[in-house]
Amino acid sequence: MIDRLNQGLRKVPIWLLYLLGDLYPGWLLYLGLTGGLGPDPVKALEHALGEAALQLLILGLAVTPLRRFLGLNLLKFRRSVGVLAFTYVALHLLVWLLLDVQILSQVFNDIIKRPYITIGMVGFALMLPLALTSNNLSLRRLGAARWRRLHLLTYPAVLLAALHFVMLVKGFQIEPLIYLSVVLFLLLCRIRVVG
Amino acid sequence: MARRWTNTLTAADVTPKAAFLNRRQIMAGLGGMAGLAGMGALPGAAQADELEPNSWEDVTTYCNYYEFGTGKGDPAEYAGQLTTSPWSVKIDGMVERPGDYDFQQILGEMTLEERIYRFRCVEAWSMVVPWTGFELADLLALAGVQAEAKYVAFETLYRPSEMPGTAYRVLDWPYREGLRLDEAMHPLTLMATGIFGKDLPNQNGAPLRLVVPWKYGFKSIKSIVRITLTDEEPPTSWNMANAREYGFYSNVNPEVSHPRWSQATERRIGSGLFASRQETLMFNGYEAEVASMYEGMDLAQNF
Repeated sequence: MIDRLNQGLRKVPIWLLYLLGDLYPGWLLYLGLTGGLGPDPVKALEHALGEAALQLLILGLAVTPLRRFLGLNLLKFRRSVGVLAFTYVALHLLVWLLLDVQILSQVFNDIIKRPYITIGMVGFALMLPLALTSNNLSLRRLGAARWRRLHLLTYPAVLLAALHFVMLVKGFQIEPLIYLSVVLFLLLCRIRVVG
Repeated sequence: MARRWTNTLTAADVTPKAAFLNRRQIMAGLGGMAGLAGMGALPGAAQADELEPNSWEDVTTYCNYYEFGTGKGDPAEYAGQLTTSPWSVKIDGMVERPGDYDFQQILGEMTLEERIYRFRCVEAWSMVVPWTGFELADLLALAGVQAEAKYVAFETLYRPSEMPGTAYRVLDWPYREGLRLDEAMHPLTLMATGIFGKDLPNQNGAPLRLVVPWKYGFKSIKSIVRITLTDEEPPTSWNMANAREYGFYSNVNPEVSHPRWSQATERRIGSGLFASRQETLMFNGYEAEVASMYEGMDLAQNF
């Protein structure tokens, strides 16, 4: 069963993932412009992009445990998943800057004074070098060991993304806590294997 | 059925702006001005001119009513099953005539009128809603407020069988709110029974809810089943959940930011993807009418 799945997945071209991944924000924008995102399209767009980014980050983090424990091989897609996650985070940030907060002085105030936004920005900053080095040239230039060490930044970045979600909701809400638990579980998988 | 006030107006009749210039609101504004010479312009009346109500769609599909879920669309999706008839409101505490007041009986005693108010959520979005209702002061007069009473406490219905959101302890149910007695008696403080000339949809707090237009939306408690007059500041749900973020007063104030976001500006719901944020007005634009109640109070301390 897993073997058949792996064989099938081997035939899926990576460009298809990029295509679908790029269509989704375009689709959201179209919905936002035509009333499909409801009465508050700015927040809906911001949240949809943020949540999709978090899901992709989790998927990227799950690739190794899925292979180790279930034999499911998604390694081929990991880079594109990571690059797409970064794209969504960048779009999420742009929507927040340009469509939501709009006022530059307030943006700086928010980054400094609001912990959940500070955490989100740090997460974005951690992902920036990863996105820039997600290509074969950088891998060769840095060397596999250094490249891999650099990309360990994924772990704190995903954790910060999940915390960002937990900290922004009102009241005691389950959904962001589920995301955080999944992230913590996947990170624990790593610690056990490493240690 | 008691003498139910029925409205022949439709949403289309609601839109003409001039019709909304509420006489009482202007009177209250002028009254406030007389006592507060030098306060500046007359924001309440001046801006009433610009109040263009949101669409029925906006008002009825974008709601915070956590008893039905925390998503903005959840109340519209799940509140349909709520039984709102029969309905009674227990009025107790420091009143002359405590008891269970049947909703139809209350309607029979009250004169309904239309009020167009700005509605500003603590989450920094806003709408304009054409409410139908009566002044809370009239309902309190029905029960007879005793001289010692200083506060009014309110409670929302808590019925888990019809309220899927209460399966999670997002808040300490039932939802509770409160006002100081002078706030409760203020002519702007409305008990709403309808929007756009129709009965309140369940997701908007049917059959009877509070509307306090100069306070953040969560103060305007929905589907009220109990009103208690007390001499102590009553516990309120969001304050119980997070006292640092939600004060008892929760007056709209652009200068006092929520710990997690600024309150200086707001997103006007229904204005699309590329709309500019609007400046938030002190007391949500009702400064002339209500500021005198808070004279001498440090509003940053008593947020």
